[in-house]
Amino acid sequence: MIEFKNVSKVYPNGTIGLNDINLTIEPGEFVVIVGLSGAGKSTLLRSINRLHEITDGEIVIHGQSITKAAGKELLKIRRDIGMIFQNFNLVKRSSVLKNVLSGRVGYHSTLRTVLGMFPKEDIDLSLRALERVNILEKAYSRADELSGGQQQRVSIARALAQEAKIILADEPVASLDPLTTVQVMDDLQRINRELGITTIVNLHFIDLARQYATRIIGLRAGEVVFDGPVSDATDEKFSEIYGREISKDELLGEPV
Amino acid sequence: MINTELNSGKQTQKPLGHIPSPPSKLKHYLTVLIVIGLLWASAYKTDATFEELILGFPEMGKLFNEMLPPDWAYFKPIIEPMLETIRMAVLGTTFGAILAIPLSLLAASNVVKSKVLFYPTRMLLNLNRTIPDLLTAAIFVSIFGLGAFPGILALTLFSLGLISKLLYETIEAIDKGPLEAMTAVGANKMQWIFFGVVPQISAHFMSYTLYTFEVNVRAAAVLGLVGAGGIGHYYEKTLGFLQYDRVASIIIFTLVIVLIIDYTSTKIREKLL
Repeated sequence: MIEFKNVSKVYPNGTIGLNDINLTIEPGEFVVIVGLSGAGKSTLLRSINRLHEITDGEIVIHGQSITKAAGKELLKIRRDIGMIFQNFNLVKRSSVLKNVLSGRVGYHSTLRTVLGMFPKEDIDLSLRALERVNILEKAYSRADELSGGQQQRVSIARALAQEAKIILADEPVASLDPLTTVQVMDDLQRINRELGITTIVNLHFIDLARQYATRIIGLRAGEVVFDGPVSDATDEKFSEIYGREISKDELLGEPV
Repeated sequence: MINTELNSGKQTQKPLGHIPSPPSKLKHYLTVLIVIGLLWASAYKTDATFEELILGFPEMGKLFNEMLPPDWAYFKPIIEPMLETIRMAVLGTTFGAILAIPLSLLAASNVVKSKVLFYPTRMLLNLNRTIPDLLTAAIFVSIFGLGAFPGILALTLFSLGLISKLLYETIEAIDKGPLEAMTAVGANKMQWIFFGVVPQISAHFMSYTLYTFEVNVRAAAVLGLVGAGGIGHYYEKTLGFLQYDRVASIIIFTLVIVLIIDYTSTKIREKLL
């Protein structure tokens, strides 16, 4: 469970990023956050694992406040939260397997990980994570030899190897073509359903949001202006979130 | 038909509006003038004249004549000092490269976020680079006495300066995506460095180390002039005794060794990056 309690973020220059957010996200939900760019989607998502600091309020994850956590405690909370980025954020010169194994560092001593001495179970776990996203045969390829869609699946495998209970995906398909977009979203959905991992995704394609989410949260100028199941997220509601008519580029098009 | 269309297009084209005046060329002319001025002033103050250069030609010819033919038999006694030169370069480069790793990480602003740490480190590195290696070698010779050891120390400091400068600038230019990802998986600082930074710079590091080795072989060849071991001592000796045929042998030998090392190292570096 993720709880936002009166969460606000004001940037040093006075811009309001988030304004008094109160949310509760239950385990196993597939939440899609929508909104215009600059509405605070990314800030909201990154405040969950404290890649961005909030200036007010508190975020509680599985009963533990990440806002107050420091040192090892913070690292441990982060270990349980997988993150998927728009640009995949893999080490391009390293092998796919090493990238996935890097998700395991939080479980072992510094010396052991730095020497690359991961136990056999970790390697098995990583290979199984790669199998789950259908990319096992690429385990020993260099990450930069893979296509964009494949790289994004490696980063999903990294989150799986982490044995994360929550996955945050910040615009995971923004740099992918429509076909691979669907594959990556399918992977995220399958993992959410089969493993019960709470999944929170930032998207700007409205039809994708409707297709995959169990719950949609609409942000506008740092405030939650919509929060409800997909069935309630009508075109009118979306126009409200966006503050204008939905335009063509907010639709991915016919699902493949 | 196409032609007439094009022509009519031309006629209906609107006249250009206000044309901005092209940027002034004054800056270029001034730069050229300043450079010429500096050259002339430097030559004037150092009494360097073309006359002197031309008058020196016969001397050069004489010296060249005395170098020929090289004393081929002299190759044998200089094999050992040449090997010592290479060993000094190997050791100096290796120690310098090892020390450069922590220092370049400390000097990189995207790894060490506190200015209190990275500014002093950079100052230290800059200071180190301002001292010529021949001078450091001379200082170490006066401390530790004649031999290869002070030379190795001087090369260590020199390599450290060169590699850490190149490396920390490379670290500052790495992709920050993987760093962000490592923060997100809950890595501690060491893990963050080893999984986020190191794989992005290791090939560069190897390349810089090889390049430094190339430079060090050449540097080590003259360190002997101040008594810091290696082939340089033989330059001094043979020049002093006016044995120019032997000097020629040493020059040819050094040239061959440096060329082989440069060629091999360049080939390896091409493969690395």
